Amino acid sequence: MIVILILIPVSLVLAAGFLGAFFWAVRSGQYEDTCTPAMRILTDEETQPIRVRAVRPLAENSHED
Amino acid sequence: MDPQSAPSGVTARGTASGCFHCGLPCPPTVEAGRNPAYCCVGCQTVSEMLLNNGLGHFYDLVPRAGVRQEAEPAVERYQFLDEAAVRARFVDFTDGLQTRVTFRLPTMHCVACIWLLENLFRLRPGIGVSRVDFPRRQIAIAFSDAAVKLSEIAQLLDQLGYAPDLNLADLEAGVGARKTPRGLWLRVGVAGFAFGNSMLLSLPGYFGLDRFIGPDFRHLVGWLSFALAVPVVVFSASDYWRRAWVSFQLRRMSIEVPIALGIAALFLQSLFEVAVGRGDGYFDSLAGLLFFLLCGRLFQEKTVDRMAFDRDYKSFFPLSVRRLKGDQDESVSLDRLAVGDRIHLRNGELIPADARLLRGPAIIDYSFVTGEADPVSRAPGETIYAGGRQTGAAIVLELIKPVSQSYLTSLWNQDIFKKEKLDSFNNLTNRYSQRFTWSILAIALVSAAFWAWADPAKSVRALVGVLIVACPCALALAAPFTLGTALRVLGWYKVFLRKAEVLENLARVDCVVFDKTGTLTTPGTGEIAFEGQPLAAAEAAWIRELARQSTHPLAERLATSLTGAATTFVTTDFQEVAGGGMAGTIDGHLILLGSIAWLRRSLGTAAEAAGVPAGRGHAEGSVVSVAIDGRYRGHFTVASPLRLGTTDMVNALSGAYEVSLLSGDNERDAQRFASLFGPGVELRFNQSPHDKLNFIRARQQAGRCVMMVGDGLNDAGALQQSDVGVAVVENVGAFSPASDVILHAPQLAIVPAMLRFARQSVRIVRWSFMLSAAYNVVGLAIAASGRLEPITCAILMPLSSVSVVAFAVGLTHWAGRTVPRDLAGAAKTNFGLAMTRKEQHA
Repeated sequence: MIVILILIPVSLVLAAGFLGAFFWAVRSGQYEDTCTPAMRILTDEETQPIRVRAVRPLAENSHED
Repeated sequence: MDPQSAPSGVTARGTASGCFHCGLPCPPTVEAGRNPAYCCVGCQTVSEMLLNNGLGHFYDLVPRAGVRQEAEPAVERYQFLDEAAVRARFVDFTDGLQTRVTFRLPTMHCVACIWLLENLFRLRPGIGVSRVDFPRRQIAIAFSDAAVKLSEIAQLLDQLGYAPDLNLADLEAGVGARKTPRGLWLRVGVAGFAFGNSMLLSLPGYFGLDRFIGPDFRHLVGWLSFALAVPVVVFSASDYWRRAWVSFQLRRMSIEVPIALGIAALFLQSLFEVAVGRGDGYFDSLAGLLFFLLCGRLFQEKTVDRMAFDRDYKSFFPLSVRRLKGDQDESVSLDRLAVGDRIHLRNGELIPADARLLRGPAIIDYSFVTGEADPVSRAPGETIYAGGRQTGAAIVLELIKPVSQSYLTSLWNQDIFKKEKLDSFNNLTNRYSQRFTWSILAIALVSAAFWAWADPAKSVRALVGVLIVACPCALALAAPFTLGTALRVLGWYKVFLRKAEVLENLARVDCVVFDKTGTLTTPGTGEIAFEGQPLAAAEAAWIRELARQSTHPLAERLATSLTGAATTFVTTDFQEVAGGGMAGTIDGHLILLGSIAWLRRSLGTAAEAAGVPAGRGHAEGSVVSVAIDGRYRGHFTVASPLRLGTTDMVNALSGAYEVSLLSGDNERDAQRFASLFGPGVELRFNQSPHDKLNFIRARQQAGRCVMMVGDGLNDAGALQQSDVGVAVVENVGAFSPASDVILHAPQLAIVPAMLRFARQSVRIVRWSFMLSAAYNVVGLAIAASGRLEPITCAILMPLSSVSVVAFAVGLTHWAGRTVPRDLAGAAKTNFGLAMTRKEQHA
């Protein structure tokens, strides 16, 4: 049963990773508006060029015009 | 227009002959077989721009989803946005190459709008990512400074039918400034993380499985749980510590005091048990408690964060005006206007500061400021006060006071606008928990004293156990979930509450005060009726022709409503006198249209013989008198119709509540409203904004809980003074005076149902309190006997919280189902309800 001493830290590290991901999601503004993304998927694949652009940092967009 | 919320008649016909872009009916001049057919040139321009740029998908998503756009917006309208000072305050971020800006676009309404707005980059090079925040009706746009100007983006949006809502308040704060606090989400995350993990670690202990591993494991679990609980107590619970400390300083028992006591007791007792090796404590329950509590807070705050209830005149004022510089117009932002500047206002534009009229005539509509339904006329040289809207031809004004010091803004300098209206210690939960907390403390001390005498070893344990069990988690959740759900239910019917406490005030209301113009009536939109000697068809056509020459709103209404042969006449000798009327010779006949006083003046000594009546006459609504060839023929009246369902609403209210009507308008409608409201209702006319405020204050001093229902700036003081201020708005996204409730105007008839629902909700909160108190009694019985085990706590705490929340939310939804039934009469004619729900699910 000594294996539990390894499993517990592993589970905690894993959970802490998810907590970190949650922090990142909140900080990047994903919880500011939980309504629009649900509507956005209704517009089918036509939005895909936008989705790609949306995740890029701002600075890269200037070359695309 | 939104096809989903357009009147059903239009949608039905729209499929056959509606405009391809906006769905509104096309004028008969558009040939039948044309495809696509447009109602106007503006729609055609926009639609072709979309189709040519590969954005035709817009119409696949939602057919005819465009916003009608008759005229293309002027280029110079947004020029002020390029001024360095204005621009700097507007943009969210800039590095000299890339800029990001947020605009509020009240007209966006459907999925297709979102898609189009997020594809802006296809329409104009230089525009990068654009992201829509639909609930807030906002768009954030990134663009390249070198390729496109801020003013061009604003103009492009306007051209597409999404005119940015730019006002003075934004200039001070910026549009993107108002955001949901992220801290609460993070607190919930930390508490949830600790809750899940410490519960997982404690489970073997609850089932007795830790015996297989030995005491070292229990020790380890104890300290691990402690490590998990520390951030919960320090970070997640920080709000409760702070609030409990504040109420302690004020010597008042708020709900946070027993919560903070419970948290402290849980934490210290657990720490003690772990330190002496007696167990692994209650850390899991502690984290779970905070997780549930914070979820309740999140639920409540999410429902209110998207509406702006604290707006003042700054949100009402536009951001820019056109200033005259030599012969040229230039667009300047409002805060750069100085006394002595000359400004140029067109039809429908707002007067930003007290000014002198230079070039007129001005016809000013003060209905929003004073409640008077009829526009007033001013001749050049006269002073015009801020807040009115020019109707008709363009005028030139010279400012005599700065924007911030005009008559209109003086209302906001009153004291009531400076204090927070609701005392947060006085809400339902806190009133209940005052009694609750004292009895808990008494039980804790009594049981501690009993055990000190009977079995001293159990004394501390009993004291701590009582404090832990008494921690009113379920109690603290009952109100946020009930009231939060109630807010959501009301939101379906386009009734928006500033915060949950408003419901408690709504439940106490026993006196309802209405404004008239704009609240109960919609001025100048009603039927036109003629009284007097009947007019021949040709005569009606002459009157229509004459009325067509003027931009006066009454003349325009007259011109569109009169039917007659479509002959074109030539008008000669046309003249218009501001505030009087107009005269012209058509087909050889002299026609006079205007007020009785003006008719008498222009006819001079012949007035008696012409049959012009003395006095003003007491007709309802606005009056236009007619004389043809020197003979008085009668007058037209434009009625101010009541909103749908007003009669039923007043009947439903007048039995149970004290109902009053305060109007800034004159007494000409007194008869009509006296019969509508019935006897025993106080009707007051010619009320200034200050009179209204004082009336409300007097009712409050008489012990009444007053709800004020109003719409304009003239009601702003009364709305603020009342216990519940309800602002009635035509467009939910547009300006409304500061208030507690924002009500969509066609939904006015919901008021009685809203009051009943508020009372039901508060009753549900009370029942939830009782339920949670029952759990507390069970827990207390166990705790006071000194036998509270961690596992009891771990089961009882989530069980009570979840069941109380389920009870509260379920019952509130059930109560909310009765709201539409009350509105059935209004819903049939008004289609709004079903559509609003559909929008919610879209």
